[in-house]
Amino acid sequence: MKGPAWRRRGLLAASLGNLFFLYLPIAVLIVYSFNAAKLAMTWQGFSLQWYAALARDHALIVACQNSVLIALVSTGVATLLGVSAAIGLERLPWRLRAWLDGALLLPLVIPEIMMGVALLLFFVLIKLPLGLLTVTIGHAAFNLPVVMVIVRARLRKLDPQLEEAARDLGATPWQAFRRVTLPLLMPAIVGAALLAFTVSLDDFVVTFFTAGPGATTLPLKVYSMIKTGISPEINALSAMLVVASMGLVALSLAVQRRRIFTH
Amino acid sequence: MTGSLASRAGVRQAGWLLAPALVWMGLFFVLPLLIVLLISFASRGAYGGVEWTFTLVNYRDLADPLYLWIYLRSCAFALATTGLCLCLGFPLAYYIARAPARWQGLWLMLVLVPFWTNFLVRTYAWMNVLRADGLLNRLLIATGFISEPVEILYTDLAVLIGLVYGYLPFMVLPLYAALERIDRSLIEAARDLYASGWTVFTRVIVPLAKPGIIAGCLLVFIPSLGAYITPDLLGGARSMMIGNFIQHEYLVVRDWPLGSAASFVLMAMVLVGMWGYQRTGGERPL
Amino acid sequence: MNQPGIELREVVKRHGSTVAVDHLSFSVRRGEFFSILGPSGSGKTTTLRLIAGFEHPDQGDILIDGQSLRDVPPNLRPVNMVFQHYALFPHLTVSGNIAFGLEMRGIVRAEIRSRVSTALDMVRLAGMGDRLPAQLSGGEQQRVALARALVNRPAVLLLDEPLGALDQQLRQEMQVELKTIQEQVGLTFICVTHHQEEALTMSDRVAVMDHGRVLQVGAPQEIYTAPASLFVAEFIGLSNRLDGRIAAVEGTRCRIEAPGLPIIQADAPAGAGPGRAVSVVLRPERLHMSQQAAPNGFDNVVPARVAKAVYNGHEMQYQLRIDERLLWTVRVPNADGGQKRFLPGDTVSVRWNADESVVLAQ
Repeated sequence: MKGPAWRRRGLLAASLGNLFFLYLPIAVLIVYSFNAAKLAMTWQGFSLQWYAALARDHALIVACQNSVLIALVSTGVATLLGVSAAIGLERLPWRLRAWLDGALLLPLVIPEIMMGVALLLFFVLIKLPLGLLTVTIGHAAFNLPVVMVIVRARLRKLDPQLEEAARDLGATPWQAFRRVTLPLLMPAIVGAALLAFTVSLDDFVVTFFTAGPGATTLPLKVYSMIKTGISPEINALSAMLVVASMGLVALSLAVQRRRIFTH
Repeated sequence: MTGSLASRAGVRQAGWLLAPALVWMGLFFVLPLLIVLLISFASRGAYGGVEWTFTLVNYRDLADPLYLWIYLRSCAFALATTGLCLCLGFPLAYYIARAPARWQGLWLMLVLVPFWTNFLVRTYAWMNVLRADGLLNRLLIATGFISEPVEILYTDLAVLIGLVYGYLPFMVLPLYAALERIDRSLIEAARDLYASGWTVFTRVIVPLAKPGIIAGCLLVFIPSLGAYITPDLLGGARSMMIGNFIQHEYLVVRDWPLGSAASFVLMAMVLVGMWGYQRTGGERPL
Repeated sequence: MNQPGIELREVVKRHGSTVAVDHLSFSVRRGEFFSILGPSGSGKTTTLRLIAGFEHPDQGDILIDGQSLRDVPPNLRPVNMVFQHYALFPHLTVSGNIAFGLEMRGIVRAEIRSRVSTALDMVRLAGMGDRLPAQLSGGEQQRVALARALVNRPAVLLLDEPLGALDQQLRQEMQVELKTIQEQVGLTFICVTHHQEEALTMSDRVAVMDHGRVLQVGAPQEIYTAPASLFVAEFIGLSNRLDGRIAAVEGTRCRIEAPGLPIIQADAPAGAGPGRAVSVVLRPERLHMSQQAAPNGFDNVVPARVAKAVYNGHEMQYQLRIDERLLWTVRVPNADGGQKRFLPGDTVSVRWNADESVVLAQ
């Protein structure tokens, strides 16, 4: 049986190759963010000067604030409406539910650029000035179905008899929801909100179409920096964003680890 | 609560719970799409506005070989990306699914971390690697493969690399989910029934992983087809894809009707793909 | 104590076009252990859910202590349920689960604590109060579900296939334990099961249900020895069946002719007349086997050939061919150490007395 051994080794090599492919550009980015050289890719010594330059960039700080503000508000709206819709959907007769399920899948598969241009046209036609508000509305619109799908997946896995058991033990419908369903949904809700927050922070395409000049977000800022040419400052900024996303991943994993009550 | 507790009062309550989301999505998703649909049948005004006449001229214009070429190129890019992601992702997903349970989480996290990184940043990272004085060229020169730097950035190859890089996790995750569900004893049973390693793969593993393969392909194909950032940053002037074309029509040429028609054709292509997927009896990709 | 604890009156429940419960009426006395036995799809679980209030009857009424439950929501009914898969709240500890119903009723904390610990003692889970359901075995989860319902001292305790998820050994232990607990607390239990042995062992009375109707209600012994219909006879216990026609009725006895067999003597069913098509039902343990062909005092003797002999430890189980058409099962206890007295291929005679069979209309 020489088969399995070389096959396993081949698989391991392929997997490591994949990881190399996934991490190579990120590693290069982080390494060069500490390079003292201005233009060349040659290594001219360790330096934190590009990070210092970022800290002095006022427009960048404003962009950061805009991004966080938009992400917070749009996540709040999307989570509130999404969770409520997921619960409502579960209580519909199944024919209506199946239909709505399909309809609510549409925003998830529609190309981002389509959503971007559609919102742009809509805002222009209703004469709502492009800015933070329009971006936030757009983000909430693409995040709402995301939240709903995640929360619904969890709801569907809940034993419907749990709520019945609570009712049988004297709980009113509200108490049954509050004491049984909601605590069991909480990990999914938190996970969905974290995902929505990240997606909003990262979004470029929809933001690009709905932002207007006054509402530069972090991705828009990064984009305009990239368009003006590769510079070590972008390396430094990107490296920081990479670390920030890793922090968010760690956070969401920590939340998931607390899901002791999943079967 | 599916029993009779979901009575008429239950439905009314469900309505109240659903209403805010439905209103929001109706206003900020359905209505804008309808406007795009309407405008795609209008004609362009003299100064870039919209004239509300009903015409099919925009859709006819899209049949122009120049535009048709963009659609074909986009499809080719999306297909190539899907194929490459499948080839790269399958061994990885299979390896993770067969790894000891305590390592699986770590491997999945390693796949996910780049995916959680900002898409722009990930794309930009490749610019560093692919540019004329970038890491790849230096490596190729140092190893003696080439003597002069070759232009990789701003070519179709760069776009393809960027797309595969961007959407690889979309392939790995559903593949992993499908492969992980396959009972090991099925493979042992197939071996016991005289199947070779290759036959086990083609007759047992692939058929059982089919839902994951289809979901993964769809999850890669759809966003690659509508990709905007990757061709914009990594591609050259001639690497335009549908996304760039739509953006160009809207923001540069300011031909909204043509841009609207173009985006509707894109959406139709995506929906046909989804429809085909559902017809094969696949599960929801998410 | 003449007033029934709970009474169902002509209850009808439809699910779409199928009738799940069809004009169902029965009453359960206070303190009784009542089982509803039936195959899956017979409407027994729906009956339980109607009593609990998860479903509403389309017609008819359900009364507890004479009070209609029609407009009472599940949370206000004096009824508690042990769910088939227990439905323990996975995010609450064992104590949290048991305390849930008491908390909902606003009982003071000190009393909750003492009642929870009494309940834990009763189901022999003392000291396990801080565990989560996922950390318990199936049998322990079952006992938590029981304690969670019992602690509320309901007027009626509903059990939906309470032992269905347990393995054979645990199931037998729990049958005894459930019955003991029921006698101890003196509550009315209504238990739904498809497992006939369970129903016979635990219950004071059993109702056999099929297609949404009750076919027979009675004490376990009555159900087993005097089934009211062929369905009940064949659903409960093993039975051998012989189809024939009544040839003559003589007082309490009748003579039945079946093709290829001698005339069979049996107790006459009520209202039986000559010419009527009937089935004679024979329990495997009531048949006697012998190598001799003589009646030896038995009313009926039928020749047979041994097709199969299976050693079961405590008994021998024989499969017999009667007239090459019928296959009957006979059980003979291995009281004497269990030699194989008959071998496949042996020709034997099967004998029984008239009062050891039941004659039912087809």
